[in-house]
Amino acid sequence: MRACRDAVRTGDRSAVSVCEAALASIAAHDPLLHAFNTVTAERALERAAALDRDRDRWRDRPLTGVPVALKDNISTRGVRTTASSKILESFVPPYDAAVVEKLEGAGAVIVGKTNCDEFAMGSSTENSAFGPARNPWAIDRIPGGSSGGSAVAVAAGMAPLALGSDTGGSIRQPAALCGIVGLKPTYGRVSRYGLLAFASSLDQIGPLARTVGDAAIALNVIAGLDPADATSAPAPVPDFSIGLTGDVRGARIGVPRALIENGVDPQVAEAVTAALDVLVGRGATLVEIDLPHAGAAIPVYYLIATAEASSNLARYDGVRYGYRAAPETRKESADQDREDLRTMYARTRARGFGAEVKRRIMLGTYVLSAGYYDAYYLKAQQVRTLIRGDYERAFGGVDVVAMPTSPTPAFKIGERSSDPLQMYLADVFTVSANLAGLPAVSIPCGLTADRLPIGLQLTGPAFDEATLLRVADAYERDTSWWSERPELLKTANPEILKS
Amino acid sequence: MVSFSRADVEAIAALAQLELDDAEIDLFGRQLAEILTYVEQLQRIDTAGVAPTASVVSAHAADRDDVVRPSLDRAEAMANAPDAARQVGLFRVPRVIG
Repeated sequence: MRACRDAVRTGDRSAVSVCEAALASIAAHDPLLHAFNTVTAERALERAAALDRDRDRWRDRPLTGVPVALKDNISTRGVRTTASSKILESFVPPYDAAVVEKLEGAGAVIVGKTNCDEFAMGSSTENSAFGPARNPWAIDRIPGGSSGGSAVAVAAGMAPLALGSDTGGSIRQPAALCGIVGLKPTYGRVSRYGLLAFASSLDQIGPLARTVGDAAIALNVIAGLDPADATSAPAPVPDFSIGLTGDVRGARIGVPRALIENGVDPQVAEAVTAALDVLVGRGATLVEIDLPHAGAAIPVYYLIATAEASSNLARYDGVRYGYRAAPETRKESADQDREDLRTMYARTRARGFGAEVKRRIMLGTYVLSAGYYDAYYLKAQQVRTLIRGDYERAFGGVDVVAMPTSPTPAFKIGERSSDPLQMYLADVFTVSANLAGLPAVSIPCGLTADRLPIGLQLTGPAFDEATLLRVADAYERDTSWWSERPELLKTANPEILKS
Repeated sequence: MVSFSRADVEAIAALAQLELDDAEIDLFGRQLAEILTYVEQLQRIDTAGVAPTASVVSAHAADRDDVVRPSLDRAEAMANAPDAARQVGLFRVPRVIG
C-alpha cells in the first residue's frame, strides 16, 4: 500500500493509473472470487482524476491515491449499501460513514463495497444474500467472515487496503484465513457512525491490509473521537506508525496454554508455537497465563450479540427504507384486502432476511423476553464482566496475549452451513476481545501443507494498539508469510500487482 | 435439554415480527433448542455479586449543548422510502386499526 501511495505522491504514477490497475485486477478476479457487491469504477476514476488535477493539495495525505474497498455494511453516500441482505438490496445511504469521510480526506480512492455475511452475522461469508465469496488460496473454501469480501480483495491483490467490521472476529478471522493482517481496534477507538449496527456494544470498524505498517497508517486515519458516535472514545490518538521500531526486548507475551491445547488443528498449533519462538528470538519472553472464563466466551457472545441484534434489526420493517413485501389478497378471508401493518412487517422481514439473521433475531428476542432475561441475558452480561476481569488481571503481568486466530484453516464451502453451532465455534479465540473491548490483530504466521493460511492473534490492553502493533510488526520483520501469494495470482498480469 | 414447542417458536416469531413457514418453525425450533442447551453451561458459573457489563465504555465524551444544528435534508432522508408522501414528509403504510 505504501509503495503505491508513494508512487502517486512523487508523481511516478498517476492516481488514475493506480486506480485503473485496481479495477483491472477486480475485473480479472472478481467474477470467480465474488469479493465485491458493488464496484464503483466511474466514481473511483473521477476521484482519482481529481487527485491528479490537484496534486499539491493531495500530495502529502496519508493515503494519497490508495484504492480502498469497504465492507458493504459501511454507509457510502449515493452508493448502494446492502449489508449483503435482500432487505437493503437497493438501499442508497444519504450520508457517508465517519470512516468514509476520513478515508477520503486522507486521499483514498474507494473502489467498491465488499461482500460479507448478511448484517455481519457469520464466519464464512456464506450467509450473504448475493452468494459466497471464495478464498483465493483455494476457491472451494470459505474466505472466512463476516468481512470475507474485504479479506479477499486484499489477499487477491484487488485493493491494497480494505475496511471491515468486527463484532466477534469478523475482521481477524477472515484475515487469518486469507493470509493477511486484520486489526480490530479498541472499542470506541473508531467511530461506528454510518456502520449498519449488528451488536452495538461489540462492533468496531478496522483495517485489513498486507502488512502491519499499512494497517497502522489506516488506523491513524480512521481513529479518533466522533461526536456523532456516543460510544466514541476521547482517548488521544498517537501516531501508530512511529512505534513500529522492531524492538520487543523485554516484551512479555501471555500464552493461555490450557485454552489453545483443545480442539486446535495440529498445523495451526505448530505454526503459532513457531511464531512465538520467533518473538522470543527477538528478545520477548513467554509467560504462561490463565484465562479461566475463556471457555464461556462463545455462549456469552451468542447471547449478548443476538440480543443486541434483535433490537438493532427491528428498524428493518419496510416503512422508511429497504424492501417492503407487497400486500397479498387472501382469497379465503372475508376481507379481501386485509393487509395490516403487522402483517406487512412480518412478511417484509421474513422475505428480506436470510435464515441466519432470522435465527439470531429469534434467539435474541427470546433471551430478552420476560421470564428469560435474568437467566440468559443478565447472566451473560455478568460472565462478560468476569471475562473482562481475566484479561485485566493478565495485563498486570504481560504486554500482549497470544493465541491462534482460528482453530482451523479455511474449511470448505458448505461444510458447516447446516450446523449453526459448529459454525459458531469458529469464533472461539476471537470473541473475547469484543466482549472485553480490547484491541486485537491477526497476522499471517504460516501455511498448512495444502498452502492454506494460518493466523496468529495478539490481544492488547485497551487503547494500547501501539504495543500490539509493535509486537506484530517485529514478528513480521523476521518472517515472510506476509509476502506469500495464492497460486491463483501467480499467473496474473504482474502490472496489476504493482502495489 | 431445552426444548421448544411449535407454539413457543410461533410466540417468539410474533414478538420478533417474523412470519415463518412450517419448515422454518420446525428447523428453528430444533436449532434454537440446541443453541440454548449449549449455553446452559453458563448456569454453572458463580456470578454472585458480579456487576453486569452492558458496555465497555469507560470515559464518556461530554454531552453537547441542546441547540439545533444542520441535519439531513428531508427529501434525501425519504429518498429510499417504499411508499411516501414526500411533500408532506409522511411514510405511507398499510392500515393499523380495523
